[in-house]
Amino acid sequence: MRVDKIIEEAPFIKTFHLKFIDEEQGNKFTFKTGQFAEYSAFGEGESTFCIASSPTTTDHIECTFRYAGKVTTALAMKAEGDIIGFRGPYGNCFPIHEWKGKNLLFVAGGIALPPMRSVIQNCLGFRDDYKKITILYGAKTADDLVYKDELRNWEERTDIDLITTVDPGRETPAWKGKVGFVPKILQDIEPSAENTVAIVCGPPIMIKYSFAVLDKLGFDDKNVYTTLENRMKCGFGKCGRCNVGKIFVCKDGPVFTYKQLKELPMEY
Amino acid sequence: MTEISKVEIQIAEDKNKIVLQNKAKELLQNKAVDIIIGYGEGTDNTVHAVFITNPDNTSELIYDERCLQNLAVYLLKAEVRKFTKIGIIANIAVMRTILQLASENQLKEEKIVIIGITADGSLKEFSGFNELQEYIQLNNLDISKEDQEILNRLDSMTAEERWNYWTEQFSRCNKCYACRAACPLCYCNRCQVEYNQPQIITPESTTQGNFEWHFMRAMHLAGRCIECGECGRACSVNIPVHLLTFKMSQTVKNTFGITAGTDAKLGSVMSTFKPDDKENFIQ
Amino acid sequence: MDITRHLISKEKLSSLIGKCMEDGKKVYAPVKKNNLVNFAFISSFQEITNDYINTVQSAKPVLFPKAEKLMEIKMSKDNIELKSRDKNLISETIVYGSRPCDATGINILNKMFTAGITDQLFAERFAKTTLISVSCKKCDSKCFCTSMGINPGNTDGSDILLTEVENGNYLVEIMTDKGQKIISSYQSYFDKAPDINKDKYLVDVPVAFELKGFDEKIKDAFDSPIWLEQSMRCIGCGSCAYACPTCACFDIQDSFNGQEGQRKRNWDSCGFSMFTLHSSGHNPREVQSKRWRQRILHKFQYMPEQFQLFGCTGCGRCSRSCPTDMNIKEHLINLIKNI
Repeated sequence: MRVDKIIEEAPFIKTFHLKFIDEEQGNKFTFKTGQFAEYSAFGEGESTFCIASSPTTTDHIECTFRYAGKVTTALAMKAEGDIIGFRGPYGNCFPIHEWKGKNLLFVAGGIALPPMRSVIQNCLGFRDDYKKITILYGAKTADDLVYKDELRNWEERTDIDLITTVDPGRETPAWKGKVGFVPKILQDIEPSAENTVAIVCGPPIMIKYSFAVLDKLGFDDKNVYTTLENRMKCGFGKCGRCNVGKIFVCKDGPVFTYKQLKELPMEY
Repeated sequence: MTEISKVEIQIAEDKNKIVLQNKAKELLQNKAVDIIIGYGEGTDNTVHAVFITNPDNTSELIYDERCLQNLAVYLLKAEVRKFTKIGIIANIAVMRTILQLASENQLKEEKIVIIGITADGSLKEFSGFNELQEYIQLNNLDISKEDQEILNRLDSMTAEERWNYWTEQFSRCNKCYACRAACPLCYCNRCQVEYNQPQIITPESTTQGNFEWHFMRAMHLAGRCIECGECGRACSVNIPVHLLTFKMSQTVKNTFGITAGTDAKLGSVMSTFKPDDKENFIQ
Repeated sequence: MDITRHLISKEKLSSLIGKCMEDGKKVYAPVKKNNLVNFAFISSFQEITNDYINTVQSAKPVLFPKAEKLMEIKMSKDNIELKSRDKNLISETIVYGSRPCDATGINILNKMFTAGITDQLFAERFAKTTLISVSCKKCDSKCFCTSMGINPGNTDGSDILLTEVENGNYLVEIMTDKGQKIISSYQSYFDKAPDINKDKYLVDVPVAFELKGFDEKIKDAFDSPIWLEQSMRCIGCGSCAYACPTCACFDIQDSFNGQEGQRKRNWDSCGFSMFTLHSSGHNPREVQSKRWRQRILHKFQYMPEQFQLFGCTGCGRCSRSCPTDMNIKEHLINLIKNI
């Protein structure tokens, strides 16, 4: 893939717009929302990120990542026009067609908005299929929020209810959103469980507390979705690294319902 | 050896075992220690490490010539460290390890109760590191005759012969890191080979990767290895990796006059600089 | 296909292996060197030893090498060239002297590597490998194949199984087309099989525990303190995983010199502390007891759920390699008794 565009989302977080070098391959390529891929910085290795763009975007794909280790740092040093490797799509997907006619509640924290953003964009591509769409997104500080342009766009739309929040004590004078950890704000907004599907992505601790809130609000654990972010290498269930109980996160996930998670050992 | 002296030895061994078990029980009952690390019967007439927290289980403890594993490797293990006071059955290798770990600020004197075993198998309690140091001065941990013979043979080889010897030995290495895991001085939370920024050591099992690993390990143990030989014993494909670190120890001793594991305040041989060091490039 | 039987004398067996090598096949067999018996590629039948109960390492490197090239990479200013491996470089290989437990292990590896997406590298090697196993006349206390549902004369997974019978002769059992190909290509070496009971010539391995229902029983043991008790003496090396005929976890690394290099896969083990480490610093299995639990549950609960087979053959290699006497047979007996 060639790096077509680079966006500096937040400190240490970049988005790449990627285009297939072989146009024909690009035209044939399809994926489903929620799937991930292995991106190569040749000479350094591969890294696992979700595909952050929606399948409805057909002329390029996007990935958003935080650079922390050897491979992500090497990727972050790429310039527009450079070549990187791409292997995918892998994994299962969000069953958005099963959600038709329902309300959608998206809850995300920090760098976990990318997998969610793919599914949000996909659903917005068929907006009339869904009822109320609520997005709750929080990060440590306003600076750490990703997709700032998109957030502005969602804020302006009348058919989405967007709530953003930053950690307590980290708000700036200019901050107009909420202040508080995501699970707390979730509790405050008291979303109705009636005919609603919830999708929660974030660090393990945020997921744990958010699930507890949704439980109390009466959400059926079959209607609560999340993604697991275990360390993955091969992407298709052979190297053993992401084995949790009888499943492989890469092959049988990364999308799981809360009900499915309850049947797995807590090793993620 | 006559039948009678064999019996005498057995009686002495049994007596020592009872003394050891009673001492362990006493320490646990008085809460002088929360856990005792010792040896117990394993499979096929071998022994393995046991971890006793219940005074009633001290009857599992034994000590005889099969007890070679350097138990000090467990002192820094997360599951053991959480205990406030640790008792450990200590032969010479363990004693030297304790002193070396102390000199590297990994062990506090108050945390350890040393249940020493002398050369004739009898119990010796130590009140602290000073007493341990005095004992070590008088009791050596000698490397075996067989090992010394191989070292002499290696010394007399040409560089090429030595290279071929080790290439052949390392061809069996799988990078299982049993040598690292068994060594009590390899306690880094993140080993050099587990870093990839930068990746200095090739992690895979190839000629280059194997040499890089073993050489780096020997260098990191220069002046720190206490010559217990666990690394070589742990290797499942019989590579005598302990000879590399033994050679390092001997070289450090001959060059700098320092022996690891003899002084709780030794400091690090390879990174301590003194004005009266014989090298003058630093002046 | 039905099992067919022949007989071969020791001399003819030696000639047969020699002829196979002359015809371009590579032979991977147990060799005694440096005080241990391990598989190695041989150049003459005489190098093979039969002075072993089981080899220290399994035969798995011939199908799943310690370090395997996935592709070559060449980078230039505007382009990156990728070159796939050349499968013609894989030779026809005979693994000689594997035990029935090894053959079962290879069966298990095959199931793992071909489930879902087929692992091409494994499949290519497997297609070119013929297994001539030798049944067991001796065992030691670490063997427990009979507790895992196989036995010293088991034919599953082998293409040909040899059992030493009277007068230095071997009973030859052929189970597969691959095995039949050897017989057909070298027919003159084989004689008609006598009517004998194979079991007379096999060692009796006492059953150590009852495995039936274990995968169900162990489902409730996830939070048991037994994992910590059993693993206190484990030092977290990879000896068990590397010696095991069914362990196949691997790492993927780029190995470069300047602008050229290879992408490789190397053996890895779930017993290593960093196996499941996230870049955030979070580690789902941060202590050795959790990694020990994973080893057992993966082989005895998760693999039965995924593949309807246990991930263990009872060969005992892990126990023999372990520097701290983590004897898996004893641990399993202990688990079955206490959970």
